[in-house]
Amino acid sequence: MAEVVLDGVGKVYTDGTRAVTSLDLTVADGEFLVLVGPSGCGKTTALRMVAGLEEISEGTVSIGDRVVNRVPSRDRDVAMVFQSYALYPHLNVRDNIGFGLRLRKLPKTEIRERVDRAARTLGLAEHLGRKPRQLSGGQRQRVAMGRAIVREPQAFLMDEPLSNLDAKLRVQMRAQIARLTRELGVTTLYVTHDQTEAMTLGDRVAVMKKGVLQQVAPPQELYDHPVNLFVAGFIGSPAMNLLTGALTRDEAGDFAVDVGSQRLSVPAEVLAARPALAGYAGRSLIVGIRPEDLHDAALEGAEPAPGAVLRAEADLVEAMGSEVLVHVSVDAPPAVTEDVQELARDVGAEEQVPDPDAAHSELVARFGPRTRAREGAGVVMRVATDRLHFFDPETGLSITEDA
Amino acid sequence: MSAPAASDPTKPSPPPRPEMGIRRGLASRIVGRTGGGLAAVLLALIALFWLMPTFGLLVSSLRDPQEMSKSGWWKVLGKPSDLTFSNYDKLLDNKDMTRAFFNTIWITVPSTLLVILIGSLAAYAFAWLEFPGRDWLFLVVVGLLVVPVQVALIPISKLYGDTGLFGTITGVVLFHVAFGLPFAVFLLRNYFAGIPRDLLEAARMDGGTDLTIFFRVILPLGLPAIASLGIFQFLWVWNDMLIALIYADTESAPLTVALQSQSRAFGANIDVLAPGAFLSLIVPVLVFFGFQRYFVQGVMAGAVK
Repeated sequence: MAEVVLDGVGKVYTDGTRAVTSLDLTVADGEFLVLVGPSGCGKTTALRMVAGLEEISEGTVSIGDRVVNRVPSRDRDVAMVFQSYALYPHLNVRDNIGFGLRLRKLPKTEIRERVDRAARTLGLAEHLGRKPRQLSGGQRQRVAMGRAIVREPQAFLMDEPLSNLDAKLRVQMRAQIARLTRELGVTTLYVTHDQTEAMTLGDRVAVMKKGVLQQVAPPQELYDHPVNLFVAGFIGSPAMNLLTGALTRDEAGDFAVDVGSQRLSVPAEVLAARPALAGYAGRSLIVGIRPEDLHDAALEGAEPAPGAVLRAEADLVEAMGSEVLVHVSVDAPPAVTEDVQELARDVGAEEQVPDPDAAHSELVARFGPRTRAREGAGVVMRVATDRLHFFDPETGLSITEDA
Repeated sequence: MSAPAASDPTKPSPPPRPEMGIRRGLASRIVGRTGGGLAAVLLALIALFWLMPTFGLLVSSLRDPQEMSKSGWWKVLGKPSDLTFSNYDKLLDNKDMTRAFFNTIWITVPSTLLVILIGSLAAYAFAWLEFPGRDWLFLVVVGLLVVPVQVALIPISKLYGDTGLFGTITGVVLFHVAFGLPFAVFLLRNYFAGIPRDLLEAARMDGGTDLTIFFRVILPLGLPAIASLGIFQFLWVWNDMLIALIYADTESAPLTVALQSQSRAFGANIDVLAPGAFLSLIVPVLVFFGFQRYFVQGVMAGAVK
C-alpha cells in the first residue's frame, strides 16, 4: 500500500501534441480516486504515466516515497487492469492470473495458493482450466481483475475496466469492484469517462478537461459545488440546466435573477454562501439548475411562493418508471460557452449546441412518477432557489467568495 | 475476408444472393462454390492428376530395375506382387546416398532454426522496440527481398575461399540463413505487429523484461507465422540445389546434388534415382503435416475484449 503522488506532471508527444498539463494529484494510501473526463482529456495518458507505459515529459510521479520517473513498469510494483483485459490467449485462467507471480519467481506452491485465493474471491474457481476465448465478457473482466489482485501490489491502476461490458453486467461488476477494493484497501487510480461510475466508485473524483485538472473532490461535493461550468455540466445525468440570466437588485436590497420574462428571487443564504454574487448585480450571468431542483408544483399541493416559480410548456415527457423527465422550454437564452461546446462534443452532439442568440432554451426537470405533466400542456415548476448555481459567463467559473 | 465483392474489375460480380445478407469477398465466394458435389469431384480429379508423377515415382522406386527398362511403371499395377523394396535396401547400403541424406539434414535443420531464431528476434525489435532509424532499417531489410541469389554467388565464393568456408556444410548453411532472413523478418514483423499492444504492456506490468515478453508472449502467439515460415524455409533449403552445387564439395553435398550426379545424359540409374527422389520428397511432406495444426486460425481469440 502506498500513496501515489503526481507533481506537476505533463505529457508532450514528440509531434508536439500536449496531452496533460501540470497535473497535481495525490491519491492517498488506500484511497479510491477516479479520474474522469470526456474522451481525449488526457486521463488515460496520466494513468499510463503512473504505470510507466508512457514517458513522463514534465514533473514527477512518486509511488510510496519513491520517485518512479525513471523506474521501468516492472519495478514500480503497481498492477493494471486494461480496458481490453489483455489476457494472454495461449494461457489458461490459472496461468493468466499467476503470470506475474511466475515472472517474479515465487515458489510454485505459493503461486498456486494465491491464485486459488484470488479465483475464489472472484468466483472463478471452476474456470481455472479454461482459455480466455472460452470465457464470457464478465468472466474475462474478472480474470483481468484477478491478475491484478493476486500480485498484492502497492496500487491498482484501472483503465476503463468496465467499458466493454453490457449495461447490466457493468452495474454488477461496478459493485463487485467497489466491494473488492474496499476489502483490500489498496490505493486505486481508476480512469473512466462514465460519470456514474466515477460518482459511485470514487472516494474522490478528479475531473479533467483537455489535459487540465478541473476539480478534485468527494463525489457529493463535486455534485453540489462544481467549480466551473464544465464540471457542472459533466457531473450529473441528466445534466445541469444552464441558461443565461440577469441579476437584479430592488430598492429593498433583495437580489433576484431574471430568467427570460420570469423572475427568481435569490435567497439570502445563497448570497451569503456566494459573496461575490452581489458584484454581478445588473449584469448577466449563467444560472444553473439541477433537474431535481425543479419540482412539480401541482404535486406539492401548496401554492409555491412567488419568486420561486417557473412556468413553461412541456415539449417532451419521458416516463422512466421511478421518475419522469419533463423537457420544457423557457424564454431565456441558453448558456453557450466553450465548456458547453466541449461537453456536447463529448457526447457527439456538436450540432445540437444551441444558438447563443436563441430566445428559448430547453430545461429538463425531474418529477416524481405521479406527475400529471403532459406534452403540450403547461407546467408550473417550483424552483429550489436555495440550490441555484451561478457562473461567470466570461470565465465559466462558479461565482463564489472571490470576486 | 472482407474484401469487397466488386474488387475484381475485369468481370462484373454477380449480385449477391439475397440469403447471404452481406456481400462476401471473391475468395470466400469461390470457396463457397466448392462445397457442391460436382465441384468436389472435379477438384478430386485435378488433385489425382497432379499426384500422378509422384505416384509414378513411388511405384517406380518399388520396381525391379530390369523390369523398369522394359515397360512403363503402370504395368506393375496389374501385377502388384512384382513390387519390391530391394531398391531401398540398395539405397541404404549406398554410402554416397546415405551421407548425402544426412548432409541434407545437417544443412536444412540449422538453416531453418537459425532463420527462425534470428528472424523472430529481429522481427520483435522491428515491431515493438523503439530505436532511431527503425523504420528505415526495416525498409532496407524489405528491400533486400529483391536481391537475387545469383548476384551473390561470385562475391560469396571469394569470401568463402578466403575464410575456408568453401566446400563446407557451414558455408552452405550461412548462405541459406543470409538469404532466408529478409523474408523471415518481413513476415514475422508484420505478424508480431498485429499482436495487441495491450498484451505486451500487460506482460510489462506483470514484471516482464523484453526477453521474457519475447519468449513467453510473442513466441507462443507468433506460432502460426513461425510455423509457416519454418515450413517455407525448410522446403527452400531442402529442395535447393544451386547453392549446394556451388558451395558444397562431394563430402558435404546434399541429396539434391547427389541425385543430380546420378543422372546421365543417356539413361539414368533409375534404381537409385527413384527411391532417392522419393525419400527426398517424403521428409518435407512429414514436416508439413507435423506443423499443420499451427496453421489453425483463431489463436488470438479471447485476448482482448
